[in-house]
Amino acid sequence: MSLNRRQALATLMAGAALAGAAGGEARAQRIETSARIVILGAGAAGAALANRLSERLDGAVITVIDPRVEHWYQPGFTLIAAGLKPASYSVSRTTDWLPRGATLLAEAVAEIDPEAKTVTTESGVSVGYDYLVVATGLVLDWGAIEGFSLDLVGQGNGIGAVYASPEHAAKTWAEMDRFTETGGRAVFLRPATEMKCAGAPLKYAFLTDDYARRKGTRGRSEFIYAANNQSLFGVPIVNEKLRMLFERQEIGVVHDHVLKAIDPGAKTLTFDTPGGEETLEFDFTNVIPPMRAPEAVRNNSPLGWQEGPWSADGWLEVDRATLRHVRYPEVWAAGDIAGVPKGKTAASAKWQVPVVEDGIVSAIAGTEATETYDGYTSCPLITRVGRAMLIEFDYHNNLVPSFPGVIAPLEELWISWLMKEVALKATYNAMLRGRA
Amino acid sequence: MEELTLGTMIAVFEEIFGRALFWVMVAAAVAITAGYLYVLIRDRRVSWRKYLVAQIAMIPGAIAAVLFVQQVTNSGFRDLGGPVDLLVLLGVAAMGAVGAAILVYTVQSLIWRPEEDQALR
Repeated sequence: MSLNRRQALATLMAGAALAGAAGGEARAQRIETSARIVILGAGAAGAALANRLSERLDGAVITVIDPRVEHWYQPGFTLIAAGLKPASYSVSRTTDWLPRGATLLAEAVAEIDPEAKTVTTESGVSVGYDYLVVATGLVLDWGAIEGFSLDLVGQGNGIGAVYASPEHAAKTWAEMDRFTETGGRAVFLRPATEMKCAGAPLKYAFLTDDYARRKGTRGRSEFIYAANNQSLFGVPIVNEKLRMLFERQEIGVVHDHVLKAIDPGAKTLTFDTPGGEETLEFDFTNVIPPMRAPEAVRNNSPLGWQEGPWSADGWLEVDRATLRHVRYPEVWAAGDIAGVPKGKTAASAKWQVPVVEDGIVSAIAGTEATETYDGYTSCPLITRVGRAMLIEFDYHNNLVPSFPGVIAPLEELWISWLMKEVALKATYNAMLRGRA
Repeated sequence: MEELTLGTMIAVFEEIFGRALFWVMVAAAVAITAGYLYVLIRDRRVSWRKYLVAQIAMIPGAIAAVLFVQQVTNSGFRDLGGPVDLLVLLGVAAMGAVGAAILVYTVQSLIWRPEEDQALR
């Protein structure tokens, strides 16, 4: 008798403890303002900021500018490309996530003039702002790979492109599924530019390896990972772990290889290397192109870095802690477009959004902003279907585990997989609504 | 997680199951728990006979919970990679077991009044 009563009591107490924890979440009071806020981009960072700012500000005119009808949950692309989710898993509508308090201008941005504080769309509409959030995301420069076209993906030729879209991720799965039935040579790679989720190319190598093993074709297959530089991952301790895992899974590595061209007929990839061009044959590959800031930011605005490693690709010149522009103080960056050393993931966006929110609200209220971003990035690095390493790190290449002592960052765990499969999209959606 | 509050957790669970299904599940859990407390208070004692049947239900409850989680997450026993995974597995099993026991006990109590329970002995 006492057993079940005690259990019931324990359940009630756990509920009470949770309710107590919620007490700390009291929302700050709404600030009255007539400020015009323009948010460029309705992706993860843009939508979350639109929701949070409209919650914090009373009377602000918030305009979100983005032509995209579909919103893509990009962390799901890997699962789609592994045959575990349909393409529709990652697709929703942009308008599903925007608050009533914000106006969506469904047009592409052509130009940003931070001197005049105006944004001009491709149809010539000019929108003035008091505060600007640049959250455009980045562009995948497919044209930079000679001989490549997205039409080649999923044509039975072994060419995949997980990053391109949910549909292309699904087509890549068809190719990977076919390849792992027969075996052959799989070549994985990454671009030399900054990129979103640097773990994704590695995950996909692991997943392909897993399928080949399950299907019994791994013995007659060769796996090669062509790294763009001397390492597999920017964080040294993670790099070393990955080196060990690649060795265990017999995934060969060639370094300093940057993809230049693809020949779909001959099934070869040509790489730029320090010793000149090198060509590798492939039966299956996942093409990932260079990534850059969108044209409007890179070429039609003065907002990008003017010198240094990020100037060529147009990443926004913002303070790495406050994400505020260093030359135009009414401009912030959030998400992939930010020219900071780490963090082109949805997890980074989740951490950046409250910092930008605090910066803008403080600027409006005339107070000092206190929130800062320390480069937090998270990568559930899948090592096979059913296991992942929950890797979290910051600007300083330190591991910053959310559950220290419980979920070890460099261990391949089922719990980390469960989080990726079950909790991540939910957390992402909650973030979009400004609730997480 | 930057901040793990009840509000965040509710938001996340709403997204996992959908807002409607989540609150239906919460309502079902509350109703079953309330029913359980009701029969305990009404009868002013625990029926050991019903409790025994409820205990038997714990085994299929635990197994069903584990298989359900594995099914919806495309994973299996071979994926357990460390001690924390074993704890998660046991936790899932325990939740299934306790849930099944409370459900079965409550349903029995609502069907058979204590007098009938006496008569059955």
